[in-house]
Amino acid sequence: MSSFPFLTTLVLIPAGMAVVLAILPKDLGERRLRIASQVVGLAGALATLALAIAITIRFNVHDAGYQMVSNHVWIRALGVSWYLGIDGISLFLVLLAALLFPVALVGARTRTNLRSYMAWMLFLESVCIGSFISLDLVLFFVFFEASLVPIYFIITGWGFEKRTAAAMKFFIYTFLGSAFLFVGIVVLALIHQNQTGVLTFSLPALAHTHLPYYVQVLLFLSFTAAFAVKAPVFPFHTWSPDAYAEAPTGGSVVLAAVMAKMGTYGIIRFDLNLFPKASVDLAPLLLTLGVAGIIYGAIIACTQKNLKRMVAYSSLSHIGFIVLGVFALSSEGLAGGVIQMVNHGLIIAVLFLAIGWIYERASSSDVSRLKGLQKPAPLLAAVFTIGMLAAIGLPGLNGFVGEFLILVGTFITHRWWAVVAAVGVVLAALYMLWAYQQAFHGKPDEQIEKHTKDISWPELLVMAPLVAIIIFLGVYPKPVLDRITPSVERLVKHADAAAGIHQPKLSREAALPAAKESASPVLGSPPDIQGAAPSRGSLKDVSSSSGYRYTGVTGKRTIRVSGSVGSSSRNGSAGAGKGTTVVHQSVIHNQRREAIR
Amino acid sequence: MMSLPLNTFPATLLTLPHLNYIAVLPEIILLAGALFIMLLTSLSRQPMNNTAAMGWTIMTACVALGFSIYQWVQVTPHGAYVAFDGSLAIDGLSSMVAVLVSSSVVVAALMEEGWLRRQGRVSPEIYMLTLASAAGAMLMGAANDLIVVFLGLEIMSIGLYALAAYDYRRKQSGEAALKYLILGGLSSAIFLYGIALTYGATGTMNLAGIARYLSKNILLHDGLLLAGIAMMLVGLCFKVGAVPFHMWAPDVYQGSPSPATGYMAAVAKIGGFAALLRIFISALGSYRSDWQPAIWIIAAATLILGAVMALVQRDIKRMLAYSSINHAGFILLGLAAASTAGVSASLYYVFVYSFMVMGSFAVVSVVGGSSDSAHDLSNYRGLHRRSPWLAWSLALMLLAQAGIPLTTGFIAKLEVLSASIGAHVTWLAVVAMVTAAIAAFFYLRVVLLMFSTATASSSDELSSELDGFVDGEAVPEVAMASAAMASATAGGGSSRETMAGDPMEHLRVADQPVAYPAEGGSSDRGSSSEESEDNKLDEDMDGAATLLDEDEISVPPSSAVAIAICVAVTLFFGVVPSALTAMAHAATMLIR
Repeated sequence: MSSFPFLTTLVLIPAGMAVVLAILPKDLGERRLRIASQVVGLAGALATLALAIAITIRFNVHDAGYQMVSNHVWIRALGVSWYLGIDGISLFLVLLAALLFPVALVGARTRTNLRSYMAWMLFLESVCIGSFISLDLVLFFVFFEASLVPIYFIITGWGFEKRTAAAMKFFIYTFLGSAFLFVGIVVLALIHQNQTGVLTFSLPALAHTHLPYYVQVLLFLSFTAAFAVKAPVFPFHTWSPDAYAEAPTGGSVVLAAVMAKMGTYGIIRFDLNLFPKASVDLAPLLLTLGVAGIIYGAIIACTQKNLKRMVAYSSLSHIGFIVLGVFALSSEGLAGGVIQMVNHGLIIAVLFLAIGWIYERASSSDVSRLKGLQKPAPLLAAVFTIGMLAAIGLPGLNGFVGEFLILVGTFITHRWWAVVAAVGVVLAALYMLWAYQQAFHGKPDEQIEKHTKDISWPELLVMAPLVAIIIFLGVYPKPVLDRITPSVERLVKHADAAAGIHQPKLSREAALPAAKESASPVLGSPPDIQGAAPSRGSLKDVSSSSGYRYTGVTGKRTIRVSGSVGSSSRNGSAGAGKGTTVVHQSVIHNQRREAIR
Repeated sequence: MMSLPLNTFPATLLTLPHLNYIAVLPEIILLAGALFIMLLTSLSRQPMNNTAAMGWTIMTACVALGFSIYQWVQVTPHGAYVAFDGSLAIDGLSSMVAVLVSSSVVVAALMEEGWLRRQGRVSPEIYMLTLASAAGAMLMGAANDLIVVFLGLEIMSIGLYALAAYDYRRKQSGEAALKYLILGGLSSAIFLYGIALTYGATGTMNLAGIARYLSKNILLHDGLLLAGIAMMLVGLCFKVGAVPFHMWAPDVYQGSPSPATGYMAAVAKIGGFAALLRIFISALGSYRSDWQPAIWIIAAATLILGAVMALVQRDIKRMLAYSSINHAGFILLGLAAASTAGVSASLYYVFVYSFMVMGSFAVVSVVGGSSDSAHDLSNYRGLHRRSPWLAWSLALMLLAQAGIPLTTGFIAKLEVLSASIGAHVTWLAVVAMVTAAIAAFFYLRVVLLMFSTATASSSDELSSELDGFVDGEAVPEVAMASAAMASATAGGGSSRETMAGDPMEHLRVADQPVAYPAEGGSSDRGSSSEESEDNKLDEDMDGAATLLDEDEISVPPSSAVAIAICVAVTLFFGVVPSALTAMAHAATMLIR
């Protein structure tokens, strides 16, 4: 690895630009201040995007571990460090955030007070990216929690009518959720300290904490509470329609497309890594919540009159899919969940931007007041159509790839949940097409026909990359899946290994890496569980030496994982040859179950 | 150290102990500074200039701060020592408390100057009281003997009683002082009784002596000691405002002059918690299985009641009073842990809390206006437009109190939570964090008001149920809550009514200028910063602008500096926390 701190720079660029914006002299005059803040803000966002792209290019496809790690002590007395690293799971979320912030800044312009808006947005970008790449739990929590402040001010400052209530609701809900996360983090770190004598919040180190089963379950619940509120997962979603609908367009875009991903990302990164056994055992609960979210979100979305609220509920439904994929705990499902996070971000950004533009033109996003927009604004209609079709999951667009992988992955391990969830796909088509018909079809009244302009060049410029990526990922998702898969496989293996052992004592799995961990200083060198190959080897070694009959299963599991994900990723869009893959996988899955019993 | 009957001492043995004045140098400096002001004001014909008195106070405090830091630097590598025959312990805790107290005197002096200027009063005695009570708090930090703790407590409290009464033009101030004096005196008496019982049980008042005695003897009948412990706990919980001994806090906070409130909120907690830590951890550590459950319950009640009662307050000073009760609960978590981690967590929390609360009250006292009475939440509506810097500072202080990352408040919560969980009291940590989320609600409510562009007149359209909550609907609840408070407060009944009634009259007047004219067409698209607002105002309103100009808040430079110090400490140590956390972790207590 080169010594250039890519990730630290990635966090600091937008934060620095936000500070620059905040200290821009006020006496520039209104016009010049506007221009200056626009230039600085966009420069910050675009520089971040460029760096994110550079990171993606440098990213080593075959490395399942954390890359470009930078690790410095932050608070020595408390064992907190500035520990950043990126892997296949976070790579595309970082890229997504880096892409969507400039898009939101350009696509959803604000008239009032540009300087503060830009400053808050860039600060938000910094903490969002930071939360995706931090490998220290307290650092993650700092970013996770700090993200509330900018979005709170964005909603209250530039939002719609009921913005104050929405912002407050959002803040308190999330704050309450993260209260449990905070306690959970501290409990985990202190248990780790009791066992090893080292107080650290580093994720790779804490992953080897030996937790009694009930503690693991409680900690899992406390972590999941925070993430489920943030995501939002079904019963914790009540803040989201209000916040999405009342936030300014740019705010809705980042709130739904980027910040919501912090929740699902947190589940993958922390729940599955730290509490694999509890994750496996409680998966049915989360799967049920996911499915409930899919169906409930879809049904409520059908009843919404306001386009923004409709998309907000559809987002609940999509988050349900992501949760479903994650807790399927198969590599297809998890890979599907990860890629669906990116897809959902892109799709929801397109939809919210398009709705924002509709609002600018027709001063309403209420379907009852809109009619026949297609005629005066065909390009806008086209953009909305693509976003909508991708959200429905039309083959050839990115939404399909994610949903398909998720359903396949869930079908393998938890068949009936997948069956119910598939209904959500049908419902999605129902509400989306319905809304589209009401808003775009029909004969426009004169008011709309006269005053509605089609999208302008800058708007098209903003939308073009999003649409291009949506289509590209739908047709050829392989480059993305190739990078996601190694990390996902490693994670699934980690979870399976934990679940395969029925004694709550995780000694077998924890012993070896923990020993290594304590031998090498935890905070200094990059942790050693990173590489997939050594950990696979070590797992086998230990399991054979300690006499568990798990070895064979691990072997099979490995074969299955490496064989089938490759095939499904290659065939992801075409859908050919799926049947055989599925059969093959479910057979192995049954074998695995028997072996475990 | 078993006590022999006094009359068996031969007279020759009664020698003075070695007096190491270096050990109490910070206290001596503060008291000398106070005496100097007192002498000067009584001897010279015309009273000392406010600014000069402030300068003198700050200088005194800075010298004391310098010596405290010197003590700290001496103590950390060379080890702690006792002075005055073991009745003072100069260790990490005492020198950190000294550092904190002297720096809060600096902030307090700055706040008080601004307040005196707004009042148009020339009265340097306020600085004398400030310095004297600071010396008391400092002494409580260094006390290694129950009588010295009591001495410090009284020196501190008497100064604070007088400070509470300082605004003689408002009768609420006198009322607050009276209430504080009576309840404070009662609590001191209880504390003293506790000391007596403890002495009766252990035969010594020296904290280290008590610890030694308890480690060597097993009390078959420890009822006396337990009663003593309980009474000392009650006395000190009064001082720090822990439930159920918090009744005085909202009334006193509301009635006292705002800078005095800020100072009191900080320094009374510093002294109180220093004494609590000393007595309970260093002297009564072996009895912790007896007092820990009591502190758990007190802490939980303090956390919950502080957060919940703050929700229904209309007066920002009362709200901050309840919020400080909530913070007291957090600090008690560290004490309840009864571990070294707990001690440093509590110390760290007190340290950063002092700056947060003084910064908040510095802003409150500026916004309060010349009569220091515009403390209704409605006065904060649109504060951002009248003075953006004030609004941002208060927002930061409130967010820090809510525990938002990148401020010291977050790290303080991390510290106490770690301590509490480390002592296996996880349920208390959960309670604490839930109340933190409740508390976030009322902090944010103020932030919302400050940045709201909604006008009082057009609030039907624009304001949400939240604003409604602040504006009107909550009044019955507040009245009910106040009634409950009144019945609970000792001798409260009639006097409470005057307290609740009088500020309201001011508010009727104060409410009107708040009614800004509505903005132009896009007024529902609010904005939260100054410049384009100003432009818009210039464009849209001609006649209205004069109204706003009158409303403009002038911030005296001294208050601005006070706020800036608090903001700087809160932000700097929030982003670069290592120095302060390391200090708190090194601030160990001498047990000898």
